[in-house]
Amino acid sequence: MTQLERQQWDVVVVGAGGAGLRAAIEARERGARTAVICKSLFGKAHTVMAEGGIAASMGNVNSGDNWQVHFRDTMRGGKFLNQWRMAELHAREAPERVWELETWGALFDRTADGRISQRNFGGHEYPRLAHVGDRTGLELIRTLQQKIVSLQQEDKKEFGDYEARLKVFQECTVTRVLKEDERVSGAFCYERESGRFFVLEAPAVVLATGGIGKSFKVTSNSWEYTGDGHALALLAGAPLLNMEFVQFHPTGMVWPPSVKGILVTESVRGDGGVLRNSEGKRFMFDYVPDVFKEKYAESEEEGDRWYEDPDHNRRPPELLPRDEVARAINAEVKAGRGTPHGGVFLDVSTRMPAEVIRRRLPSMYHQFKELADVDITAEAMEVGPTCHYVMGGIAVESDTAAARGVPGLFAAGEVAGGMHGSNRLGGNSLSDLLVFGRRAGLHAAEYAASLAARPAVDEIQIDTAAAEALRPFSAEAPEDGSPVENPYTLHQELQQAMNDLVGIIRREGEMHQALRKLAELRMRARRAGVEGHRQFNPGWHLALDLRNMLLVSECVARAALERTESRGGHTREDWPSMDRAWRRVNLLCHLADPTEGLAPPDSERGQIRLVREETDPIRADLLSLFEKEELVKYLAEEELYE
Amino acid sequence: MSTYDASFRVWRGDTGGGELTDFTVEVNDGEVVLDIIHRLQATQAPDLAVRWNCKAGKCGSCSAEINGRPRLMCMTRMSVFDPADVITVTPLRAFPVVRDLVTDVGFNYTKAREVPAFVPPKGVAPGEYRMQQIDVERSQEFRKCIECFLCQDTCHVVRDHEENKGAFAGPRFLMRVAELDMHPLDAASEAGLDRKATAQDEHGLGYCNITKCCTEVCPEHIKITDNALIPLKERAADRKYDPLVWLGSRIRRRDS
Repeated sequence: MTQLERQQWDVVVVGAGGAGLRAAIEARERGARTAVICKSLFGKAHTVMAEGGIAASMGNVNSGDNWQVHFRDTMRGGKFLNQWRMAELHAREAPERVWELETWGALFDRTADGRISQRNFGGHEYPRLAHVGDRTGLELIRTLQQKIVSLQQEDKKEFGDYEARLKVFQECTVTRVLKEDERVSGAFCYERESGRFFVLEAPAVVLATGGIGKSFKVTSNSWEYTGDGHALALLAGAPLLNMEFVQFHPTGMVWPPSVKGILVTESVRGDGGVLRNSEGKRFMFDYVPDVFKEKYAESEEEGDRWYEDPDHNRRPPELLPRDEVARAINAEVKAGRGTPHGGVFLDVSTRMPAEVIRRRLPSMYHQFKELADVDITAEAMEVGPTCHYVMGGIAVESDTAAARGVPGLFAAGEVAGGMHGSNRLGGNSLSDLLVFGRRAGLHAAEYAASLAARPAVDEIQIDTAAAEALRPFSAEAPEDGSPVENPYTLHQELQQAMNDLVGIIRREGEMHQALRKLAELRMRARRAGVEGHRQFNPGWHLALDLRNMLLVSECVARAALERTESRGGHTREDWPSMDRAWRRVNLLCHLADPTEGLAPPDSERGQIRLVREETDPIRADLLSLFEKEELVKYLAEEELYE
Repeated sequence: MSTYDASFRVWRGDTGGGELTDFTVEVNDGEVVLDIIHRLQATQAPDLAVRWNCKAGKCGSCSAEINGRPRLMCMTRMSVFDPADVITVTPLRAFPVVRDLVTDVGFNYTKAREVPAFVPPKGVAPGEYRMQQIDVERSQEFRKCIECFLCQDTCHVVRDHEENKGAFAGPRFLMRVAELDMHPLDAASEAGLDRKATAQDEHGLGYCNITKCCTEVCPEHIKITDNALIPLKERAADRKYDPLVWLGSRIRRRDS
């Protein structure tokens, strides 16, 4: 029996970004003793990088907005593959979740009459994003962080202990979800600072670990985005949904190389910025797809008029959903009309006075000035697509955020799948975090309270998890004399392979090649060795994260190979059009490896098994929000007449 | 693209002590100090401990001292140095070392808990909050803070005076008090909480003698001293020396 510290909690939340903190607040307010565990310092989560805003149909700027319009935009953005009940709950509850933040001290930008201001964004019919300049994610994180502290202050008053009912384990990592039979019984963790192992025993675990972007070379994501929650769920027996859908944000920095991929907020376009190629042409007018033809301006004049008079003009095509804009930029660069550093130009300098730019886009101004020597009030930015978000994720029940097949496991935020279908609209991520973070916390707390007896922690699972985590320290060089593998090298090779072979435009041959490369990397990763000891050792941490990145990357590659159509964040050069028959198909990834990742896997078959599943028919009253002419473009004949 | 080899001296060690270690490492166009630290990890020192997250100046994780000056490593471009310079990277001096460039910043989290939270106004339902842009902008400036703790590190009240840490919240958290005090709808005073008085009495505002070191190192260019600390001092002083306030506080005390 492994000797380590054990603590008992009602709910354990893995991840302290927007979803995790919102879940923790809810669980604690419902009476559950709640532990939050996160890889970084409290308050540093990736959510701080969200810039544009929180989408919620409050109707403060245009009173025509309501949840039905938001629902419609979300379904269109996701090309109707969204788990529609999630999209409905999200659109209905988002305004309440935003207003609630104000009661916790958030300070959003205001309208002239003192309400929360809302800005335009791609794919949203009305100005809908509550924002604070271009640092909305920071405001969200800070507000939730401070709400957690205020709950701890209440507990200090009542129990004399800040952490009596809500504790944050910062700079700690979960490597395994523990189970008794089918049910969750806790989490196996290590503390980064000391390398010490510990177990949090809890009947309910909420996964809120964010995305997978660190498997790609050019990404806007931070080091934490190694697909931990996705992998923990798979290893615990829960399936992942539609992992082929990965969003490449159209505008990342392309120069200098060390900042390649860092995000340039969509607010730049929402506030009037335009995209031009090397010939000075606003090329987006050539890339409006048929399904969106009636909704977007046909001339620059009309697009420009829309900013002042949105009721009588159509929006400019720079504000198409992200997948469309990213593909268009990719095509322009490929056709030889790119900028010197392989992007396109994004220009606000000729569209707005310098002082307005500095006020509305302060962190973009700062970022380009300090990192690229570019003054965006005087010259155009160079931008190109960057891996930004994964729409795929843990398959969950829409209302409860419960992971399918594993009682006691919940998931919310980017790690959960379904909500955004094949492509997420900007601004819908922060609202998703709040709506489903709250729901996950609520249902996790209820589930924990409903159990007569707590599932027991299995000692063998703890021993196995400890051995697995220590393996990099005793990695053996292979018999052929080649050296122990360097985890940093393996990571770089993985990122290059995913970027080149399963990136923004996909081809069958390349994905087969990717799967072979992943198989090779998996074998080599078993020999990944580390130097030094267990105290704050980044090489060791990366060696452990590699397991997760490799698992998740295989999911993306296998699902992308299987789906023979192009839709949202999945573009196949060999299957360039959207296929209505595929709209009804969810692809579920299950762990195929009976040893749950412990034994060397068969290189050909890999660790993932794909299962096709038919989606639930969309409820009739929700379908009736759309015109028949529009539905024909997405839905199969038989669905239309059912 | 130009490339050269730079000389780096990086502090390596742990709670038991350590020393500066010399490295020669490749530098490419456009790189920042954090890129070089990452290259050291990937090629020469795989267990070199460093905190970082966003690499875009938004999360405030990669704070360190570069040639003795508190800075974010991700926002310090190599082009500001001469290729012949030796660049020294050390952990934040005001906090105990954990390992290499990682320090124990627990002090800041302790202080954060000691500042009473926002008090929502009674009788104003969610969705009914009304505030003018001009009124929220004052506190918004302070909410730009990314909690890199560079101001806490550089502030001379605690930088070399461990003994002051108990009584002094530091610029970041005094600014937090100012932010709440300037929040148009904070109802602390209705709840019997005088934020100005607590700044003085509980968070050590009096220790600050406005040398503006905090403002100088702030990567968000927040005017911590001018816009937060000095106004807070003025307000605290107003209350302390205003005879009416003094009388009021005496009467209230007698009532209770």
